[in-house]
Amino acid sequence: MESKLTNEGVAAKIQAQFGAAVVSVDMPYDMLTMEIAADRMHDLIEWIQSDAELKIGFLTLLGGVHYPNDKGREFAMVYHLHSWTNNFRIRLKAFLPAENPAIATLTDLYEAANWMERETYDFFGIQFNGHPNLVRILNEDSMDYFPMRKEYHLEDATREDKDDRYFGR
Amino acid sequence: MGKIEDMQVINGEGYQLTSLEKVLATARANSVWPLPFATSCCGIEFMATMGSNYDLARFGMERMSFSPRQADLLIVAGTISKKLGPILKQAYEQMAEPKWVLSVGACASSGGIFDTYSVLQGIDRVIPVDVYVPGCPPRPEQIIDGIMKIHELVKHEPLRRRYSDEYKHMLTSYNIESDGE
Amino acid sequence: MSTFKEDSAYDMPHVGLSNETIDGDIATLNLGPTHPATHGIFQNILQVDGEKILASEQTVGYIHRAFEKLAERRPYNQITPITDRLNYCSSPINNIGWHMTVEKLIGAEMPKRVEYMRVIVMELARIADHLICNSVIGVDTGALTGFTYLFQEREKIYELYEEICGARLTTNVGRIGGFERDFSPEFHRKLEDFLRTFPKVFNEFDSLLSRNRIFMDRTRGAGPISVERALNYGFVGPNLRAAGLDYDVRVMNPYSSYQDFDFSIPVGVAGDTYDRFMVRQEEIRQSLKIIEQAWKNLPEGSYKADIPEFYLPPKEEVYNNMEALIYHFKIVMGETPIPAGEVYHCVEGGNGELGYYLISDGGRSPYRLQFRRPCFIYYQAYPEMIIGQTISDAVLTLSSMNVIAGELDA
Repeated sequence: MESKLTNEGVAAKIQAQFGAAVVSVDMPYDMLTMEIAADRMHDLIEWIQSDAELKIGFLTLLGGVHYPNDKGREFAMVYHLHSWTNNFRIRLKAFLPAENPAIATLTDLYEAANWMERETYDFFGIQFNGHPNLVRILNEDSMDYFPMRKEYHLEDATREDKDDRYFGR
Repeated sequence: MGKIEDMQVINGEGYQLTSLEKVLATARANSVWPLPFATSCCGIEFMATMGSNYDLARFGMERMSFSPRQADLLIVAGTISKKLGPILKQAYEQMAEPKWVLSVGACASSGGIFDTYSVLQGIDRVIPVDVYVPGCPPRPEQIIDGIMKIHELVKHEPLRRRYSDEYKHMLTSYNIESDGE
Repeated sequence: MSTFKEDSAYDMPHVGLSNETIDGDIATLNLGPTHPATHGIFQNILQVDGEKILASEQTVGYIHRAFEKLAERRPYNQITPITDRLNYCSSPINNIGWHMTVEKLIGAEMPKRVEYMRVIVMELARIADHLICNSVIGVDTGALTGFTYLFQEREKIYELYEEICGARLTTNVGRIGGFERDFSPEFHRKLEDFLRTFPKVFNEFDSLLSRNRIFMDRTRGAGPISVERALNYGFVGPNLRAAGLDYDVRVMNPYSSYQDFDFSIPVGVAGDTYDRFMVRQEEIRQSLKIIEQAWKNLPEGSYKADIPEFYLPPKEEVYNNMEALIYHFKIVMGETPIPAGEVYHCVEGGNGELGYYLISDGGRSPYRLQFRRPCFIYYQAYPEMIIGQTISDAVLTLSSMNVIAGELDA
């Protein structure tokens, strides 16, 4: 199914509406990717959901990425949204500082966001303001760190039988 | 398979003599009630083992016992995470003696490819295991082979084993209370 | 019917059942984490009034295996075995989806034959996945026959996998850049056999359940969801189509030459267990149709793409050919230059849109790899679907949603 929307058209439309909030526009592998100021993300997603032309109303995926060396922009929140009417996909990003990684929740727009946000909190420690039940979901509650952050090891710390030299650590 | 001929039987007119231990062991070995603790991929292979082609019921294992209280054999098939570890231990503790444990697959035996922060590196860290079946996942033939090994153990287990100091000591090392008889 | 009737049905003093004993006596019931009815490790704490469910709370994560963290430590071609263990009922779809994601990143074009071969394998996997789900719905309604009968046929799909890659369940099929070998003559023979015998057996299974009075009474109206709520909850795949929306990645964003095949997308109307069952039944038939088309029109050509920097050379060549040895070494040691960038690719998995969001920084392993696991997203809707239903319907709803623990807990 061919898409009726073009990357350039959608980017221009969003820029016209949210001019100052759009930090950058890119199209890697033919997918419109926009960086948005974190405090405007919720409004933008709400707007593209309700806009009569865009109708980008399906939340495909949301998740975090950790860039420890990027000062002030340590965490990225990445949202993939999809318009089924127009068959158009868009990727939205917001960068958050390590001191206070927080962004508004999407649970009021999409029920699907609930667990994905809990998972992102569980993995990265990103806070979602307004989330109804922001607790760990996959790991046990007693865990005291956020395992997907780059500084933590993948391996189970209790193994003694593995020789590091053979495992490239 | 435990055939009656395997046992040392003294035949005479109107009577047969054998030891109680052997009769009990044969009976047990041929009617093991398994509790399938199937969590992930290995569970699907275990389903195939129970299915018509491999038919576990041939070995007196028709009845899957989903309650630990009425089970003899705990079949742990699949990854056990650290979150699930205490639950597995609880299921084991609820089983009545004598009980056996079959660890199916690499994950249950050693953590497998998942040497990660969330996965228990082998169920033998929380409960004692009798037979390990390697494979990721093992083929049904391998699972059946593991079960045959369990049958061998059951058939040759002395009646006193569960009351021995070694056994109690082993349970204590896992922090599990023995039945205390 | 599954809805709880407040009126006449329970107002039967002659059997000693008064309204007081049912109403107002609220109990808490723990369904799981290990429970014969859950087919996997999930916990549901149900608040029940008699048989009627008032509220439910889920706990997941019991087999969390840290796939995404693991993927950050592995070279690209070693991530395939991790994807096997997502939805292990249809591993080949996961494998091939991952291969296609990497191929998209490196910009590799596949020969037509590879794409058709992939379609055959993926549709076999879809059949295997739906067979498990539907036969288990049968088991949960008390019809074990279908399960034992269909598992024989499912073993034949395993045999086909074995002909392709040697493994049964966690197939690790194919490579980045195609397949490790062409389909063997034995595979073609077995596939022909399968295509000839399977429809008959499948129709028998279908006639056991789909118009069976008991089965229909048990499943119709059990765990329904409206299409609006389903969309809001991020439903995809057969569960969404059962609610009445024909979204299918194979049609919406065709990959691997799906546009070449003629097939239709079944949709339901009520979004209940019966519709989910029927949609999967029909999808199995459509998958068979696709396999037949792909197999009959299997193009001539190579079973692999010409991308030596990414495609592991055959072992014979590694031992006898300098160039192959160098490529082998470079791939295994992670010395191949991989473009930096980010891609999202999705395939229609057994449970719907299975997505891979890959960020590469040019290193030997992904900087970040996130899986869109359909189960994880739509299982959230479960409490809403079972409220007001009976416990037995809740069990049916769970099995008809085809929640696979590996995919759920990553």
